[in-house]
Amino acid sequence: MTFLICVAVAIVRVKDLFAVAMLSGIYGLLSASLFITMDAVDVAFTEASVGAGISTLLMLTTVAMTGRTEHYVRHKPLLALLVVFVTGALLIYATLDMPYFGDVLAPANLHVAPRYIQDSMREIGVDNIVTSVLASYRAFDTFGEVVVIFTAGIGVLALLSFTRRPEDDAEISSDNISMHEQNMIVRIVSKILIPFILLFALYVQFHGDFGPGGGFQAGVIFAAAIILYAMLFGMGVARRAINQTFVQLFAAVGVLLYGMVGVASMLNGGNFLDYNVLSEDPVAGQHLGILIIELGVGIAVAMVVIIIFFNFADRIDISKHKADKKI
Amino acid sequence: MLAHLPVLQVLLPLMAAPLCLFLRRPYLVWIFTLIVSGLAFLISISLLQQVMVSGTLVYEMGGWSGPWGIEYRIDKLSAFLLLIITAMSTVILLAAQTSIQKEIPENRQIYFYILYLFSFTGMLGIVSTGDVFNVFVFLEISSLSAYALIALGKDRRALWAAYQYLIMGTIGATFILIGIGLMYQMTGTLNMDDLARRLPEVAQTRTVFAAFAFFIVGVCLKLALFPLHLWLPNAYAYAPSIVTAFLAATATKVAVYLLIRFTFSVFDLSFSFTALPLQTLFVILGLIGIFVASTAAIYQKNVKHLFAYSSIAQVGYMIVGYSIGTTMGLMATLLHLFNHALMKSALFLALGAVMYRIGSVQLSSFHGLGRQMPFTMAAIVAGGLSLIGVPLTVGFVSKWYLVLAAIENGWWPVAVLILLGSLLAIIYVWRIVEVAYFKEPVAGTDGVREAPMALLMPVWLLVGANIYFGVDTRFSVDMAQAAARSLFGVSP
Repeated sequence: MTFLICVAVAIVRVKDLFAVAMLSGIYGLLSASLFITMDAVDVAFTEASVGAGISTLLMLTTVAMTGRTEHYVRHKPLLALLVVFVTGALLIYATLDMPYFGDVLAPANLHVAPRYIQDSMREIGVDNIVTSVLASYRAFDTFGEVVVIFTAGIGVLALLSFTRRPEDDAEISSDNISMHEQNMIVRIVSKILIPFILLFALYVQFHGDFGPGGGFQAGVIFAAAIILYAMLFGMGVARRAINQTFVQLFAAVGVLLYGMVGVASMLNGGNFLDYNVLSEDPVAGQHLGILIIELGVGIAVAMVVIIIFFNFADRIDISKHKADKKI
Repeated sequence: MLAHLPVLQVLLPLMAAPLCLFLRRPYLVWIFTLIVSGLAFLISISLLQQVMVSGTLVYEMGGWSGPWGIEYRIDKLSAFLLLIITAMSTVILLAAQTSIQKEIPENRQIYFYILYLFSFTGMLGIVSTGDVFNVFVFLEISSLSAYALIALGKDRRALWAAYQYLIMGTIGATFILIGIGLMYQMTGTLNMDDLARRLPEVAQTRTVFAAFAFFIVGVCLKLALFPLHLWLPNAYAYAPSIVTAFLAATATKVAVYLLIRFTFSVFDLSFSFTALPLQTLFVILGLIGIFVASTAAIYQKNVKHLFAYSSIAQVGYMIVGYSIGTTMGLMATLLHLFNHALMKSALFLALGAVMYRIGSVQLSSFHGLGRQMPFTMAAIVAGGLSLIGVPLTVGFVSKWYLVLAAIENGWWPVAVLILLGSLLAIIYVWRIVEVAYFKEPVAGTDGVREAPMALLMPVWLLVGANIYFGVDTRFSVDMAQAAARSLFGVSP
C-alpha cells in the first residue's frame, strides 16, 4: 500500500513522460500484488497483464509520438484539488460504516455469494468459481465488456486510420530494417521467446476453467507477443505478416462468436446465453458454452489490442516520416 | 419468439454492429443500419403493447434467475424510453447517408455506422436492464462510442470537445461505479429489485449515504445538469450533425431515466428525497440551469451552440418537474422527455441540412436563408416555436403540465419562473428568425438551394410529429401518466 501511494505521488510530480509511463507500469504491478494478498487472483492476473503490460506499452507509443517532456502548466488547479479532497473525504466517510475486511458476516458474503460457492460445481461443473460467475451466471456482463473493448478498437480505427499510399509504405519499411539491425541479441532472444509466449497465451486461454485465467488475459498476452515481434522486426515486416483487414474481421468474429453462442441457446429453446440447452447434459452444455465464449473473448481482445497498437505505431511512422522530409 | 423480445431489442443492434465490417460498402452499411434500427423500433412497439397489457416483463439472461444472474426488466417507463430511442434513431438514420457524405471521409463512414449502432445499443441496454452493474457496462458502451462519434466531427475542435467529454464522462462513470460498488458491499446484490428490498435495512448507514451521493453526482454529470454541463455545448457543436441530432434526442434522456430509475425503484422515494436535500437542490439547480443556459444561448454566434445551451435549459425543466415529487410532476418530466426529443432532433437535423448546403452553422451565414432554403428554415422556425411552447406544438403541452404540476403543489414562484424561462427562449429563437428572414443574403451565396429531399423528409417528419403530438396528446400524455403512476405505485 505504501509503495502504491509513493508511486502515485511520483507520477504526479515527475515531468518526464517516459518515466511517468514506466511508473504507471509499476503502479499496475503493485496493485496486482495487492489484489493477490486480498485473494483475488483472477483480478490480479488481469491487472498484471493489462495495467502493467499493455497499457504501459500503449503509453510509451504515445510518448514516442508526442515528445518526452510535459509542458509547464501555469494555472493552479485549485478547483480540481478541492473536488479531489471532497471525493476522498466522502470515500473515507463511507468506510466508517463498512463491514470489516474479511468479515464472514458481511452482506456481500451472505447473500448471493454462497450459492455461487456451493452450487456452481453442481450447476456448471467448473473448478474456478470466478470463471463460472463471469462466463455463465453473469455472462451477459462479460459480453458487454467484450463489446466495450471492440468499441474502443473501432473508435481508434475511426479516428486514426487513413488510407496509406504504397510508396510511403516502401520507404518506411526500408528505414525500419536498417534501424533494427542493431539489436541483434534482443532479437534472437525474443525470437526464441515468442513461441513460448504464444503457447502460454493458449494455456491461459484454455486453463481458465481450473485456475486463474481466461479469454481476457490470454488475448492480451497473445497480442503482447505480436507487438513484441512488430517492435523488434519493424512495422513493415509485421504488417506483411499480419493483414489489417483480416485482423479487423477477426475481431468482429470474436464478438460474433460470443453472441452466436447466445443465439444458439435461444434457438435450442433456452434463454439468451443459457448454455444448459446446448447439450443433452446441462453440465456438458455449460462446459461447451464457456469454452466457446472464452475463445470469442480471447480472439476479440487480442485482435483489438493489435489494431490499437498498429494504428498508434502507424501514426508515429508517418509523423517521423514527415519530419524527415522537412529536414 | 415473443418471449425473447426484451433481449432481442438490445441484441439485434449489438450483433449487427460487428457484422457491418463484413459489408465493406458505406451505402450497404447504411441500408443495413437503417433496417436494424427500424426492426428495433418495431420490437419496441411490440414490447410497449405487451407491457401495457400484461405488466412488467422479466427476462432472465442465461436462464439464471433473480440476484444470481442478470435479468432484464421492462416496465412502462423502460418501454416508453425504448420507444423514444428507437423511433428517434430510425428517423435520424433516414437522413444519415446524405449528411454523412459531406461531413465524414469515405473510409471512415463504415466505422461511423458501427459506432452509431453501439451507442444505440448501449442506451437500449441501460434502459432495459434490471441489474445495476449491467447498467454500468452498457453505459460504457454507449459513452465510449459517443466520444468517438463526436471526435469524428469535421472541425478540428471536435477532438478537443470529445476529449473534454471523455474526461467528464469518465469521471461521471467512475462515480456511478463507486456508488454501485458501495451498494453491493452493503447489500451483497446487484439486482435492482433485490436492492430495493435490501437497502432499507441499511439505509441509515454512512456507506449507503455515500453510495447515493456518488451515484447522484455521477448521473448529474451525464445529465449535464447545471453546473456540471460544461462538456455539452462544445461536444454538441462540433460533432457531425447526425451525431448531434441523435445524442441530443436520446443521450440526456437516458441519464434522466437513470436518475428516475435509481431514485424511485432502487432507493425508495422517501429515502431519495430525505438523505440529501435533493428536492430543494434540484429545484434550485434546475431553475438556475434554465436561466443561465437560456441567457448563454442568446449570446451564441454558432447556431449549434445556441441549441446546445437550450438543451441544457430543457434538462433544467425536466429536473424541476422531477423534483416537484408528485405524480403530476414526474409525468410532466416524462412528457417533456418525449417532446424534447422530438423538438431537438428536428432542429439539429434541420441544422444538418443547413450544414449540407452552406458548410457552416454560424449565425452570420444564416443571412437571407429564409428565401434560399424556405423549407429548412420553416422547419427550424416550427421547432423553435415548439421550444418556446407555443400552443399547438408539443412544447406547449409539456410546459402546460409542468406549470400545472407546480401550481398543484403550491409552488407558485416556480411556475412563474418556468414561464419567464420561456420568454428567454423567444429571444434566442427570434435572433435566428431575424437573421434568416429579414437580412439580405451575403454576396456570393446566390447558388445556395434548398436541401435535398433525403434530408428534408426526415426533418419534416419530425416537425409533423411536433405538431401532431401537440394537438393530439392522447398517446404521449397517457404513456407518461401510466409510467409515472406505476413508479409511484398507484394502480392505474
